[in-house]
Amino acid sequence: MRTTSLTERVDAYPTGWISGFAVRPGRALPFGATPVPGGVNFSVYSNHATAIILVLFRRGEREPMAELPIPESFRVGGVYAMVVFGLDVEGTEYGYRADGPFDPVAGHRFDPGRVLADPYARAFGGREVWGVPPDRADPYPYRARLAHDDFDWERDRPLHLPSEDLVIYEMHVRGFTRHPSSDVAAPGTYAGLVEKIPYLRELGVNCVELMPIFEFDEFENSRTDLTSGRALLNYWGYCTVGFFAPKAGYAATGPYGMQVDEFKNLVKQLHRAGIEVMLDVVFNHTAEGNQFGPTISFRGLDNHTYYMLTADGHYQNFSGTGNTVNCNNPVVRGFVLDCLRYWASEYHVDGFRFDLAAILGRAPDGTPLLNPPLIESLAHDPVLRDCKMVAEAWDAAGLYQVGSFPDYCRWSEWNGRYRDVVRRFVKGDPGTVGELATRVVGSPDMYARRGPGASVNFVTAHDGFCLRDLVSYNEKHNEANGEDNRDGESSHDSWNCGREGPTGDREVLALRDRQVRNVLVLLLTSQGVPMLLAGDEIGRTQQGNNNAYCHDDELSWLDWSLVERNSDLLRFVRVLIAFRHAHPGLRGRGSAQGPARDDVVPAVSWHGVRAWTPDWSQQSRLLAVMLRGGSRQPSDCVYVAANAHWEDHELELPAPPATLEWHLVADTAAQAPHDAYEAGSEPHLDDQFRVVIGARSALVLLARRQR
Amino acid sequence: MSFDVTLHLEQRAASMRLVGELDARAAPRVHELINEAAAHELDRLVLLMSELTYLSSAGLRCLVFAHQKMSPGVEIVLVGTRPKVAETIQLTGFDRSVTMQDPASAP
Repeated sequence: MRTTSLTERVDAYPTGWISGFAVRPGRALPFGATPVPGGVNFSVYSNHATAIILVLFRRGEREPMAELPIPESFRVGGVYAMVVFGLDVEGTEYGYRADGPFDPVAGHRFDPGRVLADPYARAFGGREVWGVPPDRADPYPYRARLAHDDFDWERDRPLHLPSEDLVIYEMHVRGFTRHPSSDVAAPGTYAGLVEKIPYLRELGVNCVELMPIFEFDEFENSRTDLTSGRALLNYWGYCTVGFFAPKAGYAATGPYGMQVDEFKNLVKQLHRAGIEVMLDVVFNHTAEGNQFGPTISFRGLDNHTYYMLTADGHYQNFSGTGNTVNCNNPVVRGFVLDCLRYWASEYHVDGFRFDLAAILGRAPDGTPLLNPPLIESLAHDPVLRDCKMVAEAWDAAGLYQVGSFPDYCRWSEWNGRYRDVVRRFVKGDPGTVGELATRVVGSPDMYARRGPGASVNFVTAHDGFCLRDLVSYNEKHNEANGEDNRDGESSHDSWNCGREGPTGDREVLALRDRQVRNVLVLLLTSQGVPMLLAGDEIGRTQQGNNNAYCHDDELSWLDWSLVERNSDLLRFVRVLIAFRHAHPGLRGRGSAQGPARDDVVPAVSWHGVRAWTPDWSQQSRLLAVMLRGGSRQPSDCVYVAANAHWEDHELELPAPPATLEWHLVADTAAQAPHDAYEAGSEPHLDDQFRVVIGARSALVLLARRQR
Repeated sequence: MSFDVTLHLEQRAASMRLVGELDARAAPRVHELINEAAAHELDRLVLLMSELTYLSSAGLRCLVFAHQKMSPGVEIVLVGTRPKVAETIQLTGFDRSVTMQDPASAP
């Protein structure tokens, strides 16, 4: 069949000339700079500006090649839009000058002397190579660039894995492969991460949560640590410069301006491996800081709209970083929606984790809202419908909403209460067993309505101790951050197992090994969505630093030699993740289906030293749970016991479902390789009625037919 | 910044010699020749890359364009790609739709 293409557009020609460039009135939507036939459509909005000038640069040149005042007749409402013809998409950078009132008390800080980056810029020049110090004298250091939006996705699409089936792996793009031991062609980049996908597959995780990858400046607030002489950077990047642009310094091809393609290829290759991509997004503040910070874009385009201000025009600081994005202003809400829609549709991203999300629920004056419009919009947006939405449900000004975040039956949460109680239980605190029981079955006290997928369970994350340090340090050791150890969380429920930090004491080391495994058993058998911190599966240490945001060095980078050195631990984690994937009872699915037909084993039952007799008392340090799930017959049945007591206990086992017998999956008191058994190789328990759980140990049993 | 491209058609193979810097300005000419080659029944399209000194993102898109334009069975072979250009192709994942045929450019 012959197809006919549309006739040529009738608007692909200029209607006039400005500053030597052929132009015509642009389209207000979409915002940003969009390639159109023959040219580029520039669209920028400001409700308080009185005039806007488009400033064009040849790539990398400090002086503009042209300044094009956008004619009044090209303005639609507060949107200034213009098509410029004949631009070289690859060789052009652009910005805007915005004129308007300078009246800080009223909230306005217009300054037409400054070139501003487009908040919708899809790529940035200026920070193409990580670690190259910026030119502080450059009047336009973060340079909006044009970007190709076509990409050969082949058949790629987001994976749509059910939330409760995820095993999330939180990681830093650069830190994952920057260490010399990573043995990749382009260390510290998106391309480097592609080379490590086989490792992730073998580990068994099916979602990576990438710490911020929106364009940021690692030199923001950079300084030198006076004791070590080392440069301290903003390594983590929780400080966004460009919300629509992947960080160029994370791309090996950043110097060629191909960060967009390189990041898209990363997403495509992860999807091909069955791994979803979740982005850690920071909408609570920007890199502009307070009135003393740099003016990059928002402050100069419409300060009064984008930031929460006090009555006299000062910046509110609910984020702890100088400014607070005015998320529930309707214009800003639109900006956030546009941004996330862009990442979901243009980059095939599977989900988002929102940094300090409680701020997204504050009114322009800072008051927490019962029904925050932004969070509601995100929950119901059609483009975002299949994206995972995870809230870090607190902020830096004391709003703590774990369990009470306005969820619209849609949002999940980082379950901070899970982290706290698992830490306290494992170190042996009294009075934790009751709450632990609630947490390991998906925290129904908080999430019964939403289901276990709403609870992102974690014990460690980028903030705070990594797992090996959690069992090696009582105190944080952040001296290298250059803030006299004042920064970072101080209540962290850690226990060093008898010696602070590195030690040769074998008993202490053995106990630490066991404690690490105890945490991992709980995390990987709990209902809810487990999140691992990258490196915890191979015993990575930060030497007691629980806030390593500023270290672009061995302290932060993943040392791949640990894969060999701690191969036993890695194997243990792989076995448990595979076990989790194989047993729906651990994921809470099917538990609402009522009693199984083949027996009377309930979906969840609690046990102690005696079967069916849990000890909820204050002094109890032992908990056992039997979980049944799945629709297969006979039922899928798992028994998990955790003993935080310093003595062994003999446990009476509940009877497994009829025709099945107990087999050993994991025992943290046993030496590797007997600490974990792969599917099919689990040894049958000779005694089906009793089992011994070691001091400070955890056990996992599986009921299956004896072979 | 100069660029030159020539197309040579044989019975069931075409070869295209790329010389200089392939960027946004040069890409339309390459697209034209790819269209011309695609009009013939081919088993193979060989891109002679040894004189290509630079490949921009628009240039990379020429490779994808060739991949999409050619019939499914047509193999696209890049010969003699310089290391810097080969690296760009590999880091952005564009090497997966073509055959990189040269020991020097093997990953």
